[in-house]
Amino acid sequence: MSAEAGPGRRTMRRLEPAAIAGVMSREVANFQTYWKGTTFSSVLEPLVYLLAFGLGLSATLVDEVEGIPYIQFVGTGMVATAVIFSSALPSMFGTFVKHRFQNTYEAILAAPVDVEELVSAEMLWIATRSAVYGCVPLVVTFFWGLDPELGMLLVPIFAFVTALGFAGFGVAMAATVAKIDQFNYVTALFVTPLFLVAGTFFPIDGLPEGVQIVAQANPLHQLVELVRGGAFGYQWEDILRFAFLVAFALVTWRVAIHQMQKRLID
Amino acid sequence: MAAIELRNVVKTFGPITAVDGLNLEVPEGICLGLLGPNGAGKSTTMRLLTGQAIADSGELRVLGYELPGQSKPARAEMGVVPQLDNLDVDVTVEDNLAVYARLYRVKDVGAAVDRCLDLARLQDRRREAVDKLSGGMRRRLLLARGLVHEPRLVLLDEPTVGLDPQIRTELWTLIGDLKARGTTILMSTHYIEEAERLADEVAVMHKGKIISRGRPGDLIAQHAGRQTAEVYAPPQRLAELRQTAEGAGLRVRPAGPAIAIVGSEQAEDGAIPEEAVVRAATLEDVFVLLTGEEAE
Repeated sequence: MSAEAGPGRRTMRRLEPAAIAGVMSREVANFQTYWKGTTFSSVLEPLVYLLAFGLGLSATLVDEVEGIPYIQFVGTGMVATAVIFSSALPSMFGTFVKHRFQNTYEAILAAPVDVEELVSAEMLWIATRSAVYGCVPLVVTFFWGLDPELGMLLVPIFAFVTALGFAGFGVAMAATVAKIDQFNYVTALFVTPLFLVAGTFFPIDGLPEGVQIVAQANPLHQLVELVRGGAFGYQWEDILRFAFLVAFALVTWRVAIHQMQKRLID
Repeated sequence: MAAIELRNVVKTFGPITAVDGLNLEVPEGICLGLLGPNGAGKSTTMRLLTGQAIADSGELRVLGYELPGQSKPARAEMGVVPQLDNLDVDVTVEDNLAVYARLYRVKDVGAAVDRCLDLARLQDRRREAVDKLSGGMRRRLLLARGLVHEPRLVLLDEPTVGLDPQIRTELWTLIGDLKARGTTILMSTHYIEEAERLADEVAVMHKGKIISRGRPGDLIAQHAGRQTAEVYAPPQRLAELRQTAEGAGLRVRPAGPAIAIVGSEQAEDGAIPEEAVVRAATLEDVFVLLTGEEAE
Protein backbone atom coordinates (compact mmCIF):
# COMPACT_ATOMS: atom_id res chain seq x y z
CA MET A 1 0.00 0.00 0.00
CA SER A 2 1.36 3.41 -0.93
CA ALA A 3 -0.10 5.39 1.94
CA GLU A 4 2.71 6.16 4.32
CA ALA A 5 0.79 7.90 7.06
CA GLY A 6 -2.25 6.75 8.95
CA PRO A 7 -5.78 7.42 7.75
CA GLY A 8 -6.41 11.10 7.27
CA ARG A 9 -2.90 12.01 8.41
CA ARG A 10 -1.08 12.56 5.16
CA THR A 11 -0.48 16.21 4.31
CA MET A 12 0.31 17.69 0.91
CA ARG A 13 1.46 21.17 0.03
CA ARG A 14 0.46 23.52 -2.76
CA LEU A 15 2.56 23.58 -5.92
CA GLU A 16 4.39 20.34 -5.20
CA PRO A 17 7.34 19.85 -7.55
CA ALA A 18 6.46 16.14 -7.85
CA ALA A 19 2.99 16.97 -9.17
CA ILE A 20 4.36 19.52 -11.65
CA ALA A 21 7.08 17.10 -12.78
CA GLY A 22 4.47 14.34 -13.18
CA VAL A 23 2.28 16.47 -15.44
CA MET A 24 5.33 17.58 -17.44
CA SER A 25 6.42 13.96 -17.82
CA ARG A 26 3.10 13.30 -19.54
CA GLU A 27 3.81 16.17 -21.92
CA VAL A 28 7.29 14.82 -22.62
CA ALA A 29 5.92 11.32 -23.30
CA ASN A 30 3.43 12.77 -25.78
CA PHE A 31 5.96 15.17 -27.30
CA GLN A 32 8.18 12.22 -28.22
CA THR A 33 5.41 11.08 -30.54
CA TYR A 34 4.93 14.37 -32.42
CA TRP A 35 8.11 16.41 -31.96
CA LYS A 36 9.15 16.22 -35.60
CA GLY A 37 6.04 17.92 -36.98
CA THR A 38 5.91 20.54 -34.23
CA THR A 39 9.60 21.34 -34.53
CA PHE A 40 9.37 21.53 -38.30
CA SER A 41 6.54 24.06 -38.23
CA SER A 42 7.89 26.02 -35.26
CA VAL A 43 11.27 26.43 -36.96
CA LEU A 44 10.13 26.84 -40.53
CA GLU A 45 7.40 29.41 -39.98
CA PRO A 46 9.62 32.15 -38.52
CA LEU A 47 12.28 31.30 -41.07
CA VAL A 48 9.86 31.89 -43.90
CA TYR A 49 9.01 35.31 -42.44
CA LEU A 50 12.69 36.02 -41.91
CA LEU A 51 13.61 35.16 -45.46
CA ALA A 52 10.55 36.80 -47.04
CA PHE A 53 10.74 40.08 -45.14
CA GLY A 54 14.41 40.18 -44.23
CA LEU A 55 15.86 39.17 -47.55
CA GLY A 56 12.98 40.37 -49.72
CA LEU A 57 12.73 43.90 -48.34
CA SER A 58 16.46 44.39 -47.79
CA ALA A 59 17.05 43.51 -51.43
CA THR A 60 14.45 45.96 -52.71
CA LEU A 61 13.36 48.69 -50.26
CA VAL A 62 15.30 48.86 -47.00
CA ASP A 63 19.04 48.58 -46.51
CA GLU A 64 19.16 49.19 -42.82
CA VAL A 65 17.10 50.37 -39.86
CA GLU A 66 18.56 52.32 -36.94
CA GLY A 67 22.02 51.56 -38.32
CA ILE A 68 21.37 47.79 -38.33
CA PRO A 69 21.30 45.77 -41.57
CA TYR A 70 17.62 45.05 -42.20
CA ILE A 71 18.03 41.25 -42.30
CA GLN A 72 19.60 41.42 -38.83
CA PHE A 73 16.92 43.83 -37.63
CA VAL A 74 14.22 41.36 -38.69
CA GLY A 75 16.20 38.29 -37.56
CA THR A 76 16.49 39.55 -34.00
CA GLY A 77 12.84 40.59 -33.99
CA MET A 78 11.71 37.21 -35.29
CA VAL A 79 12.60 35.67 -31.94
CA ALA A 80 9.41 37.22 -30.62
CA THR A 81 7.38 35.87 -33.53
CA ALA A 82 8.73 32.37 -32.92
CA VAL A 83 7.92 32.70 -29.23
CA ILE A 84 4.29 33.73 -29.65
CA PHE A 85 3.63 31.16 -32.37
CA SER A 86 5.12 28.36 -30.28
CA SER A 87 3.47 29.34 -27.00
CA ALA A 88 0.09 31.06 -27.38
CA LEU A 89 -1.23 28.84 -30.15
CA PRO A 90 -0.19 25.41 -28.75
CA SER A 91 -1.40 26.34 -25.30
CA MET A 92 -4.80 27.45 -26.62
CA PHE A 93 -5.43 24.47 -28.86
CA GLY A 94 -3.61 21.91 -26.70
CA THR A 95 -5.47 22.86 -23.54
CA PHE A 96 -8.82 22.92 -25.30
CA VAL A 97 -8.31 19.49 -26.91
CA LYS A 98 -7.03 17.87 -23.72
CA HIS A 99 -9.98 19.22 -21.75
CA ARG A 100 -12.90 18.92 -24.13
CA PHE A 101 -12.01 16.02 -26.41
CA GLN A 102 -9.50 13.80 -24.63
CA ASN A 103 -10.71 14.16 -21.01
CA THR A 104 -7.06 14.20 -20.01
CA TYR A 105 -7.50 16.70 -17.21
CA GLU A 106 -10.25 14.64 -15.60
CA ALA A 107 -7.73 11.79 -15.22
CA ILE A 108 -4.92 14.04 -13.98
CA LEU A 109 -7.14 15.80 -11.43
CA ALA A 110 -8.27 12.44 -10.06
CA ALA A 111 -4.63 12.02 -8.99
CA PRO A 112 -3.16 14.21 -6.22
CA VAL A 113 -2.71 17.16 -8.57
CA ASP A 114 -4.46 20.52 -8.21
CA VAL A 115 -5.54 22.87 -10.97
CA GLU A 116 -2.77 25.25 -9.88
CA GLU A 117 -0.14 22.54 -10.38
CA LEU A 118 -1.70 21.38 -13.64
CA VAL A 119 -1.72 24.87 -15.16
CA SER A 120 1.79 25.64 -13.88
CA ALA A 121 3.14 22.44 -15.42
CA GLU A 122 1.47 23.09 -18.76
CA MET A 123 2.85 26.64 -18.85
CA LEU A 124 6.36 25.56 -17.85
CA TRP A 125 6.47 22.87 -20.50
CA ILE A 126 5.27 25.14 -23.29
CA ALA A 127 7.65 27.91 -22.20
CA THR A 128 10.59 25.51 -22.18
CA ARG A 129 9.83 24.36 -25.71
CA SER A 130 9.21 27.89 -26.85
CA ALA A 131 12.48 29.17 -25.39
CA VAL A 132 14.31 26.67 -27.60
CA TYR A 133 12.28 27.38 -30.74
CA GLY A 134 12.54 31.11 -30.10
CA CYS A 135 16.32 31.05 -30.44
CA VAL A 136 16.26 29.51 -33.92
CA PRO A 137 15.80 32.78 -35.88
CA LEU A 138 18.68 34.32 -33.93
CA VAL A 139 20.98 31.42 -34.80
CA VAL A 140 19.92 31.55 -38.45
CA THR A 141 20.69 35.28 -38.58
CA PHE A 142 24.31 34.46 -37.70
CA PHE A 143 24.57 33.26 -41.28
CA TRP A 144 23.64 36.77 -42.45
CA GLY A 145 26.41 38.48 -40.57
CA LEU A 146 24.99 38.88 -37.06
CA ASP A 147 27.90 38.55 -34.65
CA PRO A 148 27.41 36.29 -31.60
CA GLU A 149 27.54 38.36 -28.40
CA LEU A 150 27.72 37.37 -24.74
CA GLY A 151 24.54 39.31 -24.09
CA MET A 152 22.67 36.87 -26.33
CA LEU A 153 23.07 34.17 -23.68
CA LEU A 154 20.18 35.84 -21.88
CA VAL A 155 17.87 35.51 -24.89
CA PRO A 156 16.58 32.01 -23.93
CA ILE A 157 15.64 33.42 -20.53
CA PHE A 158 13.79 36.36 -22.08
CA ALA A 159 12.07 33.99 -24.49
CA PHE A 160 11.15 31.61 -21.66
CA VAL A 161 9.56 34.31 -19.50
CA THR A 162 7.65 35.79 -22.44
CA ALA A 163 6.49 32.33 -23.51
CA LEU A 164 5.30 31.66 -19.95
CA GLY A 165 3.10 34.73 -20.25
CA PHE A 166 1.69 33.72 -23.61
CA ALA A 167 1.21 30.12 -22.47
CA GLY A 168 -0.84 31.46 -19.56
CA PHE A 169 -2.77 33.64 -21.98
CA GLY A 170 -3.46 30.61 -24.19
CA VAL A 171 -4.59 28.42 -21.30
CA ALA A 172 -6.87 31.19 -20.02
CA MET A 173 -8.40 31.61 -23.48
CA ALA A 174 -8.91 27.85 -23.83
CA ALA A 175 -10.74 27.82 -20.51
CA THR A 176 -12.87 30.79 -21.53
CA VAL A 177 -14.09 30.05 -25.07
CA ALA A 178 -17.14 27.88 -25.61
CA LYS A 179 -16.13 26.40 -28.96
CA ILE A 180 -12.82 25.78 -30.65
CA ASP A 181 -13.62 28.05 -33.62
CA GLN A 182 -13.79 31.01 -31.23
CA PHE A 183 -10.01 30.90 -31.26
CA ASN A 184 -10.35 32.73 -34.59
CA TYR A 185 -11.44 35.80 -32.62
CA VAL A 186 -8.54 35.43 -30.21
CA THR A 187 -6.05 35.12 -33.06
CA ALA A 188 -7.49 38.02 -35.03
CA LEU A 189 -7.96 40.34 -32.05
CA PHE A 190 -4.84 39.58 -30.02
CA VAL A 191 -2.21 37.31 -31.54
CA THR A 192 -1.92 38.90 -35.00
CA PRO A 193 -1.93 42.57 -33.83
CA LEU A 194 0.61 41.79 -31.08
CA PHE A 195 2.85 40.07 -33.59
CA LEU A 196 2.60 42.87 -36.15
CA VAL A 197 3.05 45.78 -33.72
CA ALA A 198 6.02 44.37 -31.88
CA GLY A 199 8.73 46.24 -33.76
CA THR A 200 9.82 43.10 -35.56
CA PHE A 201 9.54 44.38 -39.11
CA PHE A 202 9.66 48.16 -38.53
CA PRO A 203 10.51 50.40 -35.58
CA ILE A 204 7.42 51.40 -33.65
CA ASP A 205 8.64 54.97 -33.16
CA GLY A 206 7.48 55.69 -36.70
CA LEU A 207 3.90 54.87 -35.73
CA PRO A 208 1.28 57.38 -34.47
CA GLU A 209 1.81 58.31 -30.81
CA GLY A 210 -1.29 56.46 -29.59
CA VAL A 211 -0.18 53.26 -31.25
CA GLN A 212 3.30 53.68 -29.77
CA ILE A 213 1.82 53.85 -26.29
CA VAL A 214 -0.22 50.71 -26.92
CA ALA A 215 2.84 48.98 -28.36
CA GLN A 216 4.74 49.63 -25.13
CA ALA A 217 2.19 47.40 -23.41
CA ASN A 218 2.87 44.64 -25.93
CA PRO A 219 5.07 41.98 -24.29
CA LEU A 220 6.37 40.98 -27.71
CA HIS A 221 7.71 44.49 -28.26
CA GLN A 222 9.56 44.30 -24.97
CA LEU A 223 10.99 40.95 -25.98
CA VAL A 224 12.10 42.31 -29.35
CA GLU A 225 13.89 45.19 -27.63
CA LEU A 226 15.57 42.83 -25.16
CA VAL A 227 16.79 40.53 -27.93
CA ARG A 228 18.17 43.52 -29.84
CA GLY A 229 19.79 44.60 -26.59
CA GLY A 230 21.49 41.22 -26.42
CA ALA A 231 22.70 41.56 -30.00
CA PHE A 232 23.61 45.26 -30.17
CA GLY A 233 24.03 46.35 -26.53
CA TYR A 234 21.74 46.58 -23.51
CA GLN A 235 20.39 49.82 -22.06
CA TRP A 236 19.27 50.46 -18.50
CA GLU A 237 15.58 50.43 -19.55
CA ASP A 238 15.99 46.77 -20.37
CA ILE A 239 15.69 45.97 -16.66
CA LEU A 240 12.23 47.53 -16.74
CA ARG A 241 11.38 45.63 -19.90
CA PHE A 242 12.33 42.34 -18.24
CA ALA A 243 10.36 43.24 -15.11
CA PHE A 244 7.37 43.93 -17.35
CA LEU A 245 7.68 40.46 -18.90
CA VAL A 246 7.90 38.83 -15.47
CA ALA A 247 4.78 40.72 -14.38
CA PHE A 248 3.01 39.67 -17.58
CA ALA A 249 3.85 36.01 -16.88
CA LEU A 250 2.69 36.26 -13.26
CA VAL A 251 -0.61 37.91 -14.20
CA THR A 252 -1.46 35.42 -16.95
CA TRP A 253 -0.44 32.53 -14.66
CA ARG A 254 -2.97 33.55 -12.03
CA VAL A 255 -5.66 34.36 -14.60
CA ALA A 256 -5.12 30.97 -16.28
CA ILE A 257 -5.44 29.18 -12.93
CA HIS A 258 -8.59 31.12 -12.11
CA GLN A 259 -10.22 30.37 -15.46
CA MET A 260 -9.23 26.71 -15.41
CA GLN A 261 -10.50 26.33 -11.87
CA LYS A 262 -13.87 27.62 -13.04
CA ARG A 263 -13.82 25.32 -16.05
CA LEU A 264 -12.59 22.11 -14.40
CA ILE A 265 -14.14 22.17 -10.94
CA ASP A 266 -17.95 22.17 -10.80
CA MET B 1 -13.68 3.86 10.10
CA ALA B 2 -15.74 4.01 6.94
CA ALA B 3 -13.80 4.55 3.72
CA ILE B 4 -16.45 6.98 2.48
CA GLU B 5 -18.91 9.00 4.55
CA LEU B 6 -21.34 11.44 2.96
CA ARG B 7 -23.84 13.30 5.12
CA ASN B 8 -26.71 15.36 3.66
CA VAL B 9 -24.70 16.23 0.56
CA VAL B 10 -26.37 18.56 -1.92
CA LYS B 11 -25.01 19.54 -5.32
CA THR B 12 -26.93 21.67 -7.78
CA PHE B 13 -26.16 22.84 -11.29
CA GLY B 14 -28.33 25.89 -11.84
CA PRO B 15 -31.94 24.74 -11.52
CA ILE B 16 -30.97 21.03 -11.52
CA THR B 17 -30.36 19.25 -8.24
CA ALA B 18 -27.98 16.44 -9.16
CA VAL B 19 -27.36 15.22 -5.61
CA ASP B 20 -30.14 15.88 -3.17
CA GLY B 21 -29.31 15.35 0.50
CA LEU B 22 -27.23 12.23 -0.15
CA ASN B 23 -26.27 10.06 2.80
CA LEU B 24 -23.84 7.27 2.00
CA GLU B 25 -21.42 5.27 4.05
CA VAL B 26 -19.05 2.73 2.52
CA PRO B 27 -17.29 0.53 5.10
CA GLU B 28 -13.70 -0.50 4.39
CA GLY B 29 -13.20 -3.72 2.49
CA ILE B 30 -16.53 -3.99 0.69
CA CYS B 31 -17.64 -3.45 -2.87
CA LEU B 32 -20.65 -1.15 -2.95
CA GLY B 33 -22.57 -0.93 -6.19
CA LEU B 34 -24.17 2.44 -6.79
CA LEU B 35 -27.00 1.48 -9.06
CA GLY B 36 -29.17 4.02 -10.77
CA PRO B 37 -30.55 5.13 -14.09
CA ASN B 38 -28.86 7.81 -16.20
CA GLY B 39 -29.16 11.16 -14.47
CA ALA B 40 -29.55 9.63 -11.01
CA GLY B 41 -26.51 11.54 -9.71
CA LYS B 42 -23.95 8.72 -9.75
CA SER B 43 -21.31 10.51 -11.81
CA THR B 44 -21.75 13.73 -9.84
CA THR B 45 -21.22 11.72 -6.65
CA MET B 46 -18.01 10.32 -8.12
CA ARG B 47 -16.85 13.82 -9.07
CA LEU B 48 -17.60 15.05 -5.55
CA LEU B 49 -15.41 12.27 -4.17
CA THR B 50 -12.48 13.21 -6.42
CA GLY B 51 -12.74 16.91 -5.66
CA GLN B 52 -13.79 17.76 -9.21
CA ALA B 53 -17.13 18.98 -7.95
CA ILE B 54 -17.68 20.92 -4.75
CA ALA B 55 -20.83 20.23 -2.75
CA ASP B 56 -23.17 23.13 -2.02
CA SER B 57 -23.73 21.73 1.46
CA GLY B 58 -23.20 18.62 3.53
CA GLU B 59 -20.19 16.74 4.86
CA LEU B 60 -17.86 14.50 2.88
CA ARG B 61 -15.09 12.37 4.33
CA VAL B 62 -12.93 9.98 2.30
CA LEU B 63 -10.39 7.70 4.02
CA GLY B 64 -10.56 10.01 7.01
CA TYR B 65 -9.89 13.18 5.01
CA GLU B 66 -12.43 16.00 4.98
CA LEU B 67 -13.42 17.14 1.48
CA PRO B 68 -12.92 19.41 -0.28
CA GLY B 69 -10.16 20.83 1.95
CA GLN B 70 -8.16 17.61 2.17
CA SER B 71 -9.07 16.28 -1.23
CA LYS B 72 -5.48 16.08 -2.44
CA PRO B 73 -4.15 13.62 0.16
CA ALA B 74 -7.40 11.67 -0.16
CA ARG B 75 -6.82 11.36 -3.92
CA ALA B 76 -3.29 10.13 -3.24
CA GLU B 77 -4.78 7.10 -1.54
CA MET B 78 -7.66 6.37 -3.89
CA GLY B 79 -7.70 5.13 -7.44
CA VAL B 80 -10.18 6.21 -10.09
CA VAL B 81 -11.23 4.31 -13.19
CA PRO B 82 -13.21 6.71 -15.35
CA GLN B 83 -16.21 5.98 -17.49
CA LEU B 84 -14.54 7.40 -20.61
CA ASP B 85 -11.25 6.13 -22.02
CA ASN B 86 -8.80 9.00 -21.48
CA LEU B 87 -5.56 7.14 -22.12
CA ASP B 88 -2.89 8.92 -24.16
CA VAL B 89 -3.38 7.02 -27.37
CA ASP B 90 -0.10 7.86 -29.12
CA VAL B 91 2.00 7.03 -26.08
CA THR B 92 3.21 3.52 -25.26
CA VAL B 93 1.40 1.32 -22.78
CA GLU B 94 4.25 1.47 -20.28
CA ASP B 95 4.64 5.25 -20.55
CA ASN B 96 0.92 5.70 -19.88
CA LEU B 97 1.39 3.78 -16.64
CA ALA B 98 4.69 5.47 -15.75
CA VAL B 99 3.18 8.96 -16.03
CA TYR B 100 0.43 8.09 -13.55
CA ALA B 101 2.87 6.34 -11.23
CA ARG B 102 4.73 9.67 -11.06
CA LEU B 103 1.51 11.64 -10.56
CA TYR B 104 0.68 9.36 -7.62
CA ARG B 105 4.23 9.81 -6.21
CA VAL B 106 5.06 6.09 -6.47
CA LYS B 107 8.69 5.61 -5.43
CA ASP B 108 9.59 2.65 -7.64
CA VAL B 109 7.95 3.58 -10.93
CA GLY B 110 9.45 0.65 -12.86
CA ALA B 111 8.14 -1.93 -10.39
CA ALA B 112 4.68 -0.33 -10.37
CA VAL B 113 4.57 -0.37 -14.17
CA ASP B 114 5.58 -4.05 -14.26
CA ARG B 115 2.95 -4.97 -11.69
CA CYS B 116 0.24 -3.17 -13.67
CA LEU B 117 1.34 -4.77 -16.93
CA ASP B 118 0.99 -8.17 -15.26
CA LEU B 119 -2.41 -7.22 -13.89
CA ALA B 120 -3.64 -6.04 -17.29
CA ARG B 121 -1.91 -8.96 -19.04
CA LEU B 122 -0.12 -6.53 -21.35
CA GLN B 123 3.55 -7.35 -20.71
CA ASP B 124 4.10 -8.30 -24.35
CA ARG B 125 2.47 -5.09 -25.60
CA ARG B 126 4.27 -2.72 -23.25
CA ARG B 127 6.15 -0.80 -25.95
CA GLU B 128 3.22 -0.43 -28.29
CA ALA B 129 1.19 2.73 -28.64
CA VAL B 130 -2.22 2.52 -26.99
CA ASP B 131 -4.05 3.08 -30.27
CA LYS B 132 -2.69 -0.28 -31.44
CA LEU B 133 -4.53 -2.11 -28.64
CA SER B 134 -7.95 -3.73 -28.87
CA GLY B 135 -10.89 -2.25 -26.96
CA GLY B 136 -10.61 -4.88 -24.24
CA MET B 137 -6.89 -4.31 -23.76
CA ARG B 138 -7.49 -0.57 -23.46
CA ARG B 139 -10.10 -1.07 -20.76
CA ARG B 140 -7.77 -3.41 -18.86
CA LEU B 141 -5.03 -0.81 -19.13
CA LEU B 142 -7.39 1.91 -17.90
CA LEU B 143 -8.24 -0.22 -14.87
CA ALA B 144 -4.58 -1.03 -14.20
CA ARG B 145 -3.70 2.69 -14.46
CA GLY B 146 -6.15 3.43 -11.64
CA LEU B 147 -4.37 0.84 -9.49
CA VAL B 148 -0.80 1.92 -10.24
CA HIS B 149 -0.29 3.19 -6.66
CA GLU B 150 -2.08 0.27 -4.97
CA PRO B 151 -4.90 2.42 -3.59
CA ARG B 152 -6.92 1.61 -0.48
CA LEU B 153 -10.11 2.75 -2.18
CA VAL B 154 -11.06 2.43 -5.85
CA LEU B 155 -13.83 4.39 -7.57
CA LEU B 156 -15.12 2.63 -10.66
CA ASP B 157 -17.36 4.92 -12.71
CA GLU B 158 -19.46 2.76 -15.03
CA PRO B 159 -16.46 0.48 -15.62
CA THR B 160 -17.97 -1.58 -18.43
CA VAL B 161 -20.33 0.87 -20.10
CA GLY B 162 -20.55 0.32 -23.84
CA LEU B 163 -18.38 -2.81 -23.85
CA ASP B 164 -19.22 -6.09 -25.52
CA PRO B 165 -20.06 -9.06 -23.25
CA GLN B 166 -16.67 -10.75 -23.60
CA ILE B 167 -14.70 -7.65 -22.55
CA ARG B 168 -17.18 -7.00 -19.77
CA THR B 169 -16.59 -10.48 -18.38
CA GLU B 170 -12.81 -9.95 -18.54
CA LEU B 171 -13.14 -6.77 -16.52
CA TRP B 172 -15.44 -8.40 -14.01
CA THR B 173 -12.72 -10.98 -13.38
CA LEU B 174 -10.17 -8.22 -12.73
CA ILE B 175 -12.56 -6.36 -10.44
CA GLY B 176 -13.32 -9.62 -8.65
CA ASP B 177 -9.56 -10.10 -8.03
CA LEU B 178 -9.37 -6.59 -6.63
CA LYS B 179 -12.25 -7.34 -4.27
CA ALA B 180 -10.61 -10.56 -3.14
CA ARG B 181 -7.55 -8.55 -2.07
CA GLY B 182 -9.72 -6.50 0.30
CA THR B 183 -9.67 -3.20 -1.59
CA THR B 184 -12.67 -1.01 -0.90
CA ILE B 185 -14.61 -0.40 -4.10
CA LEU B 186 -17.35 2.06 -4.93
CA MET B 187 -18.70 1.15 -8.34
CA SER B 188 -21.34 3.17 -10.13
CA THR B 189 -23.25 1.25 -12.73
CA HIS B 190 -26.56 1.06 -14.45
CA TYR B 191 -26.05 -2.59 -15.38
CA ILE B 192 -28.05 -4.81 -13.04
CA GLU B 193 -25.97 -7.90 -13.75
CA GLU B 194 -22.77 -6.05 -12.95
CA ALA B 195 -24.09 -4.96 -9.58
CA GLU B 196 -25.46 -8.43 -8.81
CA ARG B 197 -22.20 -10.18 -9.66
CA LEU B 198 -19.68 -7.84 -8.08
CA ALA B 199 -21.28 -5.85 -5.29
CA ASP B 200 -21.44 -7.01 -1.69
CA GLU B 201 -24.07 -4.34 -1.20
CA VAL B 202 -26.12 -2.32 -3.62
CA ALA B 203 -27.38 1.22 -3.10
CA VAL B 204 -30.13 2.23 -5.50
CA MET B 205 -29.80 5.88 -6.39
CA HIS B 206 -32.61 7.89 -7.90
CA LYS B 207 -32.98 11.64 -8.34
CA GLY B 208 -29.87 12.35 -6.29
CA LYS B 209 -30.77 10.20 -3.28
CA ILE B 210 -30.22 6.66 -2.07
CA ILE B 211 -33.69 5.18 -2.04
CA SER B 212 -32.76 1.69 -0.89
CA ARG B 213 -29.66 -0.19 0.16
CA GLY B 214 -28.69 -3.70 1.15
CA ARG B 215 -27.28 -7.01 -0.01
CA PRO B 216 -28.71 -7.91 -3.42
CA GLY B 217 -30.59 -10.91 -1.97
CA ASP B 218 -32.02 -8.84 0.87
CA LEU B 219 -33.15 -6.08 -1.48
CA ILE B 220 -34.90 -8.62 -3.67
CA ALA B 221 -36.65 -10.24 -0.71
CA GLN B 222 -37.63 -6.88 0.73
CA HIS B 223 -38.96 -5.26 -2.44
CA ALA B 224 -39.80 -8.00 -4.90
CA GLY B 225 -40.59 -11.10 -2.90
CA ARG B 226 -39.63 -14.54 -4.19
CA GLN B 227 -41.15 -14.85 -7.63
CA THR B 228 -42.00 -12.80 -10.67
CA ALA B 229 -44.40 -13.86 -13.38
CA GLU B 230 -43.65 -12.57 -16.86
CA VAL B 231 -46.33 -12.48 -19.48
CA TYR B 232 -45.73 -11.96 -23.19
CA ALA B 233 -48.86 -11.01 -25.14
CA PRO B 234 -50.22 -8.36 -27.53
CA PRO B 235 -50.41 -4.87 -25.99
CA GLN B 236 -54.18 -4.93 -25.49
CA ARG B 237 -54.04 -8.26 -23.65
CA LEU B 238 -51.12 -6.99 -21.53
CA ALA B 239 -53.16 -3.96 -20.53
CA GLU B 240 -56.06 -6.19 -19.44
CA LEU B 241 -53.75 -8.51 -17.48
CA ARG B 242 -52.08 -5.56 -15.82
CA GLN B 243 -55.42 -4.19 -14.70
CA THR B 244 -56.43 -7.58 -13.29
CA ALA B 245 -53.16 -8.08 -11.42
CA GLU B 246 -53.16 -4.58 -9.98
CA GLY B 247 -56.78 -5.04 -9.00
CA ALA B 248 -55.66 -8.08 -7.01
CA GLY B 249 -53.12 -5.90 -5.16
CA LEU B 250 -50.05 -7.09 -7.08
CA ARG B 251 -47.29 -4.83 -8.36
CA VAL B 252 -46.72 -4.83 -12.09
CA ARG B 253 -43.84 -3.37 -14.05
CA PRO B 254 -43.10 -3.11 -17.76
CA ALA B 255 -40.49 -5.57 -19.04
CA GLY B 256 -39.86 -4.66 -22.68
CA PRO B 257 -42.51 -6.45 -24.76
CA ALA B 258 -43.95 -8.09 -21.63
CA ILE B 259 -45.19 -7.21 -18.17
CA ALA B 260 -43.67 -8.59 -14.99
CA ILE B 261 -46.00 -9.30 -12.06
CA VAL B 262 -43.75 -8.97 -9.04
CA GLY B 263 -44.32 -11.01 -5.88
CA SER B 264 -46.46 -13.45 -7.82
CA GLU B 265 -46.18 -16.04 -5.06
CA GLN B 266 -48.68 -13.94 -3.11
CA ALA B 267 -51.24 -13.96 -5.92
CA GLU B 268 -54.59 -15.58 -5.38
CA ASP B 269 -55.85 -18.12 -7.86
CA GLY B 270 -56.67 -16.59 -11.21
CA ALA B 271 -54.62 -13.44 -10.78
CA ILE B 272 -51.69 -14.88 -12.75
CA PRO B 273 -52.56 -15.98 -16.28
CA GLU B 274 -51.72 -19.50 -17.35
CA GLU B 275 -49.35 -18.36 -20.09
CA ALA B 276 -47.11 -16.55 -17.56
CA VAL B 277 -43.52 -17.69 -17.11
CA VAL B 278 -42.72 -17.76 -13.42
CA ARG B 279 -39.10 -17.10 -12.43
CA ALA B 280 -37.18 -16.09 -9.32
CA ALA B 281 -37.36 -12.38 -8.51
CA THR B 282 -34.25 -10.40 -9.48
CA LEU B 283 -32.52 -7.16 -8.70
CA GLU B 284 -33.88 -5.86 -11.98
CA ASP B 285 -37.39 -6.19 -10.56
CA VAL B 286 -36.30 -4.15 -7.55
CA PHE B 287 -34.59 -1.54 -9.69
CA VAL B 288 -37.57 -0.99 -11.96
CA LEU B 289 -40.06 -0.97 -9.11
CA LEU B 290 -38.04 1.58 -7.17
CA THR B 291 -36.94 3.89 -9.95
CA GLY B 292 -39.68 3.40 -12.53
CA GLU B 293 -36.95 3.09 -15.17
CA GLU B 294 -36.33 0.19 -17.54
CA ALA B 295 -33.16 -1.69 -16.59
CA GLU B 296 -30.19 -2.48 -18.85
